Amino acid sequence: MKPAPFDYVRPDSLAQACQLLAADEDARVIAGGQTLVPMLAMRLARPARLIDILRLPELAGIREEKGAVVVGATTRQAQAERDPVIRASVPMLARALPWVGHPPTRNRGTIGGSIANADPSAEIPLVAVTLGAEIMLATTAGPTSMPADDFFVGPMLTAIGQGECVSAVRFPVWPRHRIGTGFFEISARRSDFAFVAAAAQVALDDDGNCVDVALGLGGVADRPLRLDISSLVGTKLDAASVSDAVNAASAGLEAMSDLHASAAYRRRVAGVLCSRTVEQARANAAAKPAKGAR
Amino acid sequence: MKVSLRINGVSRSADVEPRKTLLDVLREDFLLNGTHAGCEHGVCGACTVLADGEPVRSCLMFAVQADGYEITTIEGLAPAPGELSVIQDAFCETHGLQCGYCTSGMILAAHALLQRTVTPTREDIVEAISGNICRCTGYGQIIEAVEFAAARLRIANTPRPALQADQSIVEAK
Repeated sequence: MKPAPFDYVRPDSLAQACQLLAADEDARVIAGGQTLVPMLAMRLARPARLIDILRLPELAGIREEKGAVVVGATTRQAQAERDPVIRASVPMLARALPWVGHPPTRNRGTIGGSIANADPSAEIPLVAVTLGAEIMLATTAGPTSMPADDFFVGPMLTAIGQGECVSAVRFPVWPRHRIGTGFFEISARRSDFAFVAAAAQVALDDDGNCVDVALGLGGVADRPLRLDISSLVGTKLDAASVSDAVNAASAGLEAMSDLHASAAYRRRVAGVLCSRTVEQARANAAAKPAKGAR
Repeated sequence: MKVSLRINGVSRSADVEPRKTLLDVLREDFLLNGTHAGCEHGVCGACTVLADGEPVRSCLMFAVQADGYEITTIEGLAPAPGELSVIQDAFCETHGLQCGYCTSGMILAAHALLQRTVTPTREDIVEAISGNICRCTGYGQIIEAVEFAAARLRIANTPRPALQADQSIVEAK
């Protein structure tokens, strides 16, 4: 369990980090290292050079923009979990984070690291896809960005190119008063990889009618998916309507099969978990005061 | 590569290979063998140390990444040679350990929790040690140890007149 030798570089700027990455195809980014270091220890990854971006000031911090919250790539998962801005404006992320690893791994693991790793069962990519987040990238040609849905290509596979680095994630904030979130997952043991994970966010009007809804599913396909259940807008999100909408949205779903769970099991659990998650989100929103009080 | 860090309040430095984990540097370069090497790939929690006060897995951190950090190992908890910290003593009293392999990690995880709060719920304790595997105790006595230590710390930090003369530690729990 000892990694193979590598060079270690800690660049002073993000631009320098991108140049180093562009110049060497055997270079890898390291930030929190909570997934990469086990891969190195088991020698499943053998990069020639590690570029440590954890201390770059450009990648740190959480800031509010118009209609969005931008979370710097090196924000620790534990820090995001406690952050008042995230709890208030991106409540789905706050609800999902306790499911990510364990307290000691969340103290080191970063938001950007989980995004760049693109594990199909990971919680943070699921939240990004469900909310329609924008992945901000630093490249040698300057900053760029792409929708989370385009960023995740397959298992541990993203659209990121050589010389590019995730710099932040831009989560949209819903301009509504009564917002509720839900998050559930099924795994073999606490905080292990999810067989199926579901995330939901709903907005209710003062009468309890659904005005907006988003639902995402992780661990089932080779990347997180957003399910279209917009037919629920205008309903009271009663159990029968939710169940119908979830069944319709997940009808053609292709599920993975592996030694942990069969495709049939994953599809079956997905349906149950989706309904349960939407109901949790509805109850969460309904508990908030009506009449526009925030 | 040169690494400088503070370990248990003392500035230390060493010249290490970048691939050497903080765990191996603590054990081999600084001879602090209280930090245990278990799975060495981030699953078991035996190697838990505190980095700037937060529990982390020292096998998932290269020593070069820890440059400039304040590291606390199990050796840094006892108030003096031959003595035990309140949490260490509570583990002994409640039989919170058997083989002892997970114990240093468990105690550091508990220490970080009790630095934040001395009134943790049972769920808080379970969450705090959820990343640490114990194969002897079944966890029951470990949770009991942390509850016991929290009760003792509460009493130690309570001004005397607030305590009833006949109130014992057990009742205060």
